[in-house]
Amino acid sequence: MTIIRRRALLGAALSITLLASATACSSSDDPDTGAGGGTVSEADVAAALEAGGNLKVWAWDTTITKVAADFQVKYPKVKVELVNAGTGNDQYTALLNAIQAGTGVPDVAQIEYYALPQFALNKSVAELDGYGAAGLDGKFTPGTWNAVHAGGKIYGLPIDSGPMALFYNKEVFDKHQIAVPTTWEEYAAAAEKLHKADPKAYITSDSGDAGFTTSLIWQAGGKPYTVSGTDVTVNFADAGSSKFATQWQKLIDAKLLSPVVGWTDEWYKGLGDGTIATLVTGAWMPSNLESGAKAANGKWRVAPMPQWESGAKATAENGGSSLTVPAAGANKALAYAFVKYAAVEEGAKTRVDAGAFPATTAELNATEFKNKEFPYFGGQKVNEVLAESAGQVVSGWSYLPFQVYANSIYGDTVGKAYIGQGNLTDGLKAWQDASVKYGQEQGFTVK
Amino acid sequence: MKKNVTMGVTKKKTKRSTVLTLVTGLMLIYTVLPLVWLVLSATKSQEDLLGTFGLWFGDDFALFQNISDTFTYQDGIFGRWVLNTVFYVVVGAGGATLLAALAGYGLAKFDFRGRRAVFAIVLGGIAVPPTALAVPTFLMFAKMGLTDTPWAVIVPSLVSPFGLYLMWTYSTEAVPNEILESARVDGAGEFRSFFKLALPLLAPGLVTVLLFNLVWTWNSFFMPLIMLKNADLYPLTLGLYSWNRQANTVGGDVVFDLVITGSLLTIIPLTVVFLLLQRYWQSGLAAGSVKQ
Repeated sequence: MTIIRRRALLGAALSITLLASATACSSSDDPDTGAGGGTVSEADVAAALEAGGNLKVWAWDTTITKVAADFQVKYPKVKVELVNAGTGNDQYTALLNAIQAGTGVPDVAQIEYYALPQFALNKSVAELDGYGAAGLDGKFTPGTWNAVHAGGKIYGLPIDSGPMALFYNKEVFDKHQIAVPTTWEEYAAAAEKLHKADPKAYITSDSGDAGFTTSLIWQAGGKPYTVSGTDVTVNFADAGSSKFATQWQKLIDAKLLSPVVGWTDEWYKGLGDGTIATLVTGAWMPSNLESGAKAANGKWRVAPMPQWESGAKATAENGGSSLTVPAAGANKALAYAFVKYAAVEEGAKTRVDAGAFPATTAELNATEFKNKEFPYFGGQKVNEVLAESAGQVVSGWSYLPFQVYANSIYGDTVGKAYIGQGNLTDGLKAWQDASVKYGQEQGFTVK
Repeated sequence: MKKNVTMGVTKKKTKRSTVLTLVTGLMLIYTVLPLVWLVLSATKSQEDLLGTFGLWFGDDFALFQNISDTFTYQDGIFGRWVLNTVFYVVVGAGGATLLAALAGYGLAKFDFRGRRAVFAIVLGGIAVPPTALAVPTFLMFAKMGLTDTPWAVIVPSLVSPFGLYLMWTYSTEAVPNEILESARVDGAGEFRSFFKLALPLLAPGLVTVLLFNLVWTWNSFFMPLIMLKNADLYPLTLGLYSWNRQANTVGGDVVFDLVITGSLLTIIPLTVVFLLLQRYWQSGLAAGSVKQ
């Protein structure tokens, strides 16, 4: 599945951008690697399954293991080699390196939604409409289906999603008699009350995270990025962005956010001992809490995401990823067959059973799924809350076709506001300027 | 390594210096503290690891459980990584040492055209950081179809400009030309005089270069990271990194306890080799530093 939001491995991010631009150039000179959708049909996909062959799949999602095994049982002529080439950025670097070198490119690669437009635009991944993907409209939640589109074409199939919700440590809330916040105003009030009652405890940890920032702006109705072909606008001055900047700045100014960096051992420690009391994050979080914060077993609960307007029901996506078919792969028809199996056929159910949060409406609405009780969450039917959130995602969001780069410079721009240099509004402006500049250098028409 | 050198110096001094003792004492704490933390942490369960004070034992003593978990997790892939690392080190570091000795000796004892050019290139090679060469090397290896094979790790580690330079200076000083002359007069071939006469004289320098290469190869991370995708080929460094990254992966199993225990197990062989060979290491270092 997902992850990212880590400012480390700047080097990797840097080499990505260098290689990404190099790839963009080379693929435009070299149209035959782009493999347009017209060359492969649904019949070809069926024939490829019949013929069999070898597939190399790059995915870090642990639930794919079982899917690959089942797939080979169902189609004995196909041999799947599953490789974990790193999570998120690590894998994108490896993938771009392989594409650049022209050898070792996998047949199937997992790519997060925020990074997909970048790979789609330079035709590193094949367009899947002709393979039969166009006929899958309606199988996926609108948010994820939108996320695998770029320029009106489909470049991957969603395998998971991250509709956001409020994860909170009920024991901490009860101890300090704090009510579960339903709006961001209440959230800030809860943050203050908690930190006053226990100076070691924070409402959440946020040291600056591009994915979180964009998700909150998304929820607030902001549309800082618009993309139409190579015409791009970046604008963090809209109402949604400023709602986020104003509200979140209050928490930063009052020092109510723990500076612990996400996904580190310290972070897991905080989630386990109650010093990080909430997380507003994607629906994929439960399994990580279960394995990483064992000390808090039974204490966490899930509630709807706090709202910008009292009584509203708006959410956003955070994270989530798709399976794609790299354009340089040798057997794209067979690769698509695997992607389809993992995303909408038997694989979807297998993955949900292994703890993934689905992107398919069938799995999302299954009674068995919604009624599952989570012992870690004190028996709460967590998926009910999360599935509801999936249906309330604000529509119309898009990421930049160079979001991987943009996220890599987040720390140098918006991130400064978190350490007291300037404020979020200035930081977002600086992020916007730097993104615009980079986009222009890459040949986009950016405004 | 720094610690050993400083201690060597202190022993030879006849006068006692309080300042020096204090400085070495601080150095000792500085180097030993992380090690102590590692050893203590390896005895803890994951819950204690995150929940108890770092520089003392946790509530449960889980060292043996951790070790057995480390070797059985993911079908015992850790054992495979140990064997891979040993293989890379024996072939890579061993080969690099042999090549460095042959080339260094050759450059020191034979006069031929272009010797100065070789000297300049080798010095230049030391100056270029390996990280800068990583991506070009990757692209070159990809063209040759060597990525994701053991060769991708072994071939780059076979070349050690620093080792070559060290063997060069060492050969110049340690192998008298007279011995080689007399060997030639007696009718010994060049290879025979190298293996029978020069090599024993070069032993201390050789061990130093071997240790350098050994440490370098054992700890090498970046090259395997970009070259290898197949977890069955990983060395220990990369394997532990991949386990650590599971904590950053949605749905990934968080195994900090195994990462810690694995790290401890990884440094044990190196520590043992160091304790056994540190005498040579010191004298070799000194040789490299004074002789030009």
